[in-house]
Amino acid sequence: MSSLRLSRVPAIDTALKLVAVAVAMFAFVFVVMVPLYNVLCDALGINGKTSSQAYTAVPAAIDESREVTVQFVAINNDGMPWAFTPETRVMRVHPGAANGITYRALNPTQDNMVAQAIPSISPSRAAAYFHKTECFCFDQQALDGQAEADMPLQFIVDQDLPKDIHTITLSYTLFDVTSAVTNGLASR
Amino acid sequence: MGKRVSGAAVALMSPVAFAQNQVNMSPGVTEIGADIFELHMLIMWICVVIGVAVFAVMFYSIYAHRKSKGHQASQFHESTKVEVAWTVVPFLILIAMAVPATSTLLEVYDNDEAELDILITGYQWKWRYEYLDESGEPVAFFSNLATSQEEIYNTERKGDNYLLEVDEPLVIPTNTKVRFLITANDVIHSWWVPEIAVKRDAIPGFINEAWTRVTEEGIYRGQCTELCGAYHGFMPVEVHAVSRPEFDAWMAAKRGAAVAETQLAMQTLTVDDLMDRGKAVYDSACLACHGAAGQGGIGNAIAGSAVVMGDLGNHMAVVSKGVSGTAMQAFGGQLNDVEMAAVLTYQRNAFGNNTGDVVQPGDIAGMNNG
Amino acid sequence: MGDHHHGPAQGISRWLFTTNHKDIGTMYLWFSFAMFLLGGFFAMVIRAELFQPGMQLVEPLFFNQMTTLHGLVMVFGAIMPSFVGLANWLIPMMIGAPDMALPRMNNWSFWILPPAFLMLASTLFMEGGAPAFGWTFYAPLSTTYAAPSVTFFIFAIHILGVSSIMGSINIIATVMNMRAPGMTYMKMPLFVWTWLITAFLLVAVMPVLAGAVTMMLMDIHFGTSFFSAAGGGDPVLFQHIFWFFGHPEVYIIILPAFGVVSQIIPAFSRKPLFGYASMVYATASIAFLSFIVWAHHMYTVGMPVAGELFFMYATMLIAVPTGVKVFNWISTMWRGALSFETPMLFCIGFLILFTLGGFTGLMLSIAPADFQYHDTYFVVAHFHYVMVAGAVFSMTAAVYYWLPKWCGRMYNEAMGKTHFWISFIGFNITFFPQHFVGLAGMPRRIPDYALQFADFNMMSSIGAFIYGASQLLFLYNVIATIVAGKPVSDEKVWDGAEGLEWTVPTPAPYHTFEEPPLVPKPAGTI
Repeated sequence: MSSLRLSRVPAIDTALKLVAVAVAMFAFVFVVMVPLYNVLCDALGINGKTSSQAYTAVPAAIDESREVTVQFVAINNDGMPWAFTPETRVMRVHPGAANGITYRALNPTQDNMVAQAIPSISPSRAAAYFHKTECFCFDQQALDGQAEADMPLQFIVDQDLPKDIHTITLSYTLFDVTSAVTNGLASR
Repeated sequence: MGKRVSGAAVALMSPVAFAQNQVNMSPGVTEIGADIFELHMLIMWICVVIGVAVFAVMFYSIYAHRKSKGHQASQFHESTKVEVAWTVVPFLILIAMAVPATSTLLEVYDNDEAELDILITGYQWKWRYEYLDESGEPVAFFSNLATSQEEIYNTERKGDNYLLEVDEPLVIPTNTKVRFLITANDVIHSWWVPEIAVKRDAIPGFINEAWTRVTEEGIYRGQCTELCGAYHGFMPVEVHAVSRPEFDAWMAAKRGAAVAETQLAMQTLTVDDLMDRGKAVYDSACLACHGAAGQGGIGNAIAGSAVVMGDLGNHMAVVSKGVSGTAMQAFGGQLNDVEMAAVLTYQRNAFGNNTGDVVQPGDIAGMNNG
Repeated sequence: MGDHHHGPAQGISRWLFTTNHKDIGTMYLWFSFAMFLLGGFFAMVIRAELFQPGMQLVEPLFFNQMTTLHGLVMVFGAIMPSFVGLANWLIPMMIGAPDMALPRMNNWSFWILPPAFLMLASTLFMEGGAPAFGWTFYAPLSTTYAAPSVTFFIFAIHILGVSSIMGSINIIATVMNMRAPGMTYMKMPLFVWTWLITAFLLVAVMPVLAGAVTMMLMDIHFGTSFFSAAGGGDPVLFQHIFWFFGHPEVYIIILPAFGVVSQIIPAFSRKPLFGYASMVYATASIAFLSFIVWAHHMYTVGMPVAGELFFMYATMLIAVPTGVKVFNWISTMWRGALSFETPMLFCIGFLILFTLGGFTGLMLSIAPADFQYHDTYFVVAHFHYVMVAGAVFSMTAAVYYWLPKWCGRMYNEAMGKTHFWISFIGFNITFFPQHFVGLAGMPRRIPDYALQFADFNMMSSIGAFIYGASQLLFLYNVIATIVAGKPVSDEKVWDGAEGLEWTVPTPAPYHTFEEPPLVPKPAGTI
């Protein structure tokens, strides 16, 4: 019994330290893994997501010698009834030059709705070189029943885009966030 | 039930008859597929050789060093030399494996400069294909399982391509670099055709890419490979690789059909025509959940349904927008006005519903706009 | 602890309130066996539906519930608790401790398990059915598109996570503080070593799993968007978090199995374990590598090529320490005096089949080839070779090996050997053909399949019924041994057995090592 008695106190000490490790690992998921993933994705374009902040254009030379094809794709997510299309499907742009395009949205229902467009770029490593100075995806878009809208996008393809990338595909997936907004729930 | 196809039937069935009881990966019909196959075989044979050597030692020991034969145990239990050897040698073998693996991987990732781009969107439980070319009417369509419920539930003989056949296959030209842009509408799916060596996850809100260059004409079949809900096993992929002229002709016909459908939407159709078209739409879009006789299943019964026999506007709203929180999807984006009018007419008159209501394509546009 | 000269309390309160490591170990073992039979029953439903092409017995949605519950129950209900039970019984006896360091927490960590699984099983009877999104529960199928029962699934995961963490903390605290004088770390039996490392892995990654399901809960009920693209999240993030837990979890399952095999093979080879120190280092390396290979489960999600290469190389590296272990076991057998009682047979079965599973694992690590293997039956075959022939075979070996020590009675050797041969043959009939259908293109988790897969699937189902039935023989043999086995009184039971647990009387008394033992020079050290 003596050994049992003697060792109980250090054992509790060990256990408390391990509880702290477990709690720290739980916190690690929220305060490290999630933000780190987002930071890495932003920096390296791991998942092809573009920045959700407007890019402040820096004066730069336009690389006339190079042409990059940019494809525009519109996708409706589950249950999204809007008609949603880009005005052109393909553009050829010079790196460094400012370009503009509009997406057209029509809400065919009788109800007022709110949508969020989520951008995605392929190849994903091009995302870091695709700068949007203005985008309808930065904010939620509200449309009354039967209403239509032209939604603008302004972008610059960075001059430092790797030379082996000749085509960039930009897709927007339109999500219906009406219920989330009307329920007053915050969306991150 | 479940009658097996005879060998002869299999051989006749398609240009790329799959062997019954195939035991290995298919080298497929693309250069990358062949590279992957060779890589697979290389690693497998290395493993076989190591395995045979290791097990030979073990079985010799089991045979020779038995207590029952009076073998005395020696007591050695350590040797740094041996430990170092069997750490270093496997490491070198791994490096030998990593070299071809790396070069094949880089090849798989070379998506640039494709001649044709196709957007693939996964839906519960079907695929949608959209050809992203610069000019002309966009060509887009859904590709549903074509195998009948009777075959699945064993009341009819199963066809040769049971569960691997669709109503509208994806058509691609041979000897052309085709890039697939892959995404999903609801949950994660994965688009896989073994013989063209493409498997990519379809993730809602994100777009992935993959490419292929098929060298042989033929029909290649695959399936969804990421669990995506109840009917995950029932959303096959069927790819028809055809020559360039054949592809162009197909494309032109598709464009023509799209124009014709637009014109049809402005006409008034006969009841019989609507019912025929409606049945076709119902069978591909509704039947899996609502049953062949409208008796229900995953979804509610159509026969005698209050929604179907009630207010037309509400009926259309349910079909078009779905019912959130249930398996009832929004079909508004999936059916054109002709199909929508036809399926509404069909549901309101089939299965003994007999409401006598006729919905015209023009009515759909009207309901949308006013 | 009260007066240590007491025997066990009487009746149900003995089990409800016990703080005795042997009682708690026994409860864990019986509970995990019950879960093994339940998970096995789900597997039988799966294999019965897949016996022939076409839908015969169940609906597709119910089939998905079966595959999901089969995975969850087997991983969290059968395999993990069984090794915790083994640890409870053996670790104090192996290191010369009177009990676990924190006996009351030990009691709680067991008793919160049955309610968790009751809650999980009750989802079968809920509106919308049980979870049907696979044991990997990828978002958004498990969030936006899940049945309401997902909330109960999340709570069940939380509870069993807490149970595992408490159990692991107890094991670490015991090993670090309760070793008998002279029992240095490098003298500990390898089973204790593997469990110590496993327990650290558990403490590190079970909270990650808890974090993942908590995020799901918040996405479902509180409007956050961790895993939903609509609100700025990413479904792929779920997979990263899940596999950051999930890959170490795989080693959590297999490392204690390595420990068991490292105890049994020397005993029946009558020769010390070869390369004890390298075994410890190999175990530690595997544990370390397990944290940097998770994305090899996600080669097809569209990672950048640099990521694919990193995870491919890191994964291939695992073959090195794993190979060292296999070579060490075979060297232990080499020039020993081998005999082939049931525990040894299961260990040899483990050695052969686990090595096959390791080879297919190496094949799967090759990213470009994985594009063809991923989510097919080839993967199903691979992880059943590792999970069943790895973890379950070694667990079975452990029961046969230590049962005489636990209950003082000898099992029926002929029946044990029969159990082994039926299991071994049934297992291979079940899972070997799955390599073929996987390579030929059959995806996993489908309730119905194309006709060219029919023959091998029927074979697989027959094998599964054989393997399943053989477990009933095991159950019978264990009960018959406890009730009416031939009494054993020899402390060592097996002539080649080494270690402190074989120095106490047989059957092991309710309290052991109340006075610390004299630690003999253990086999395998200089």
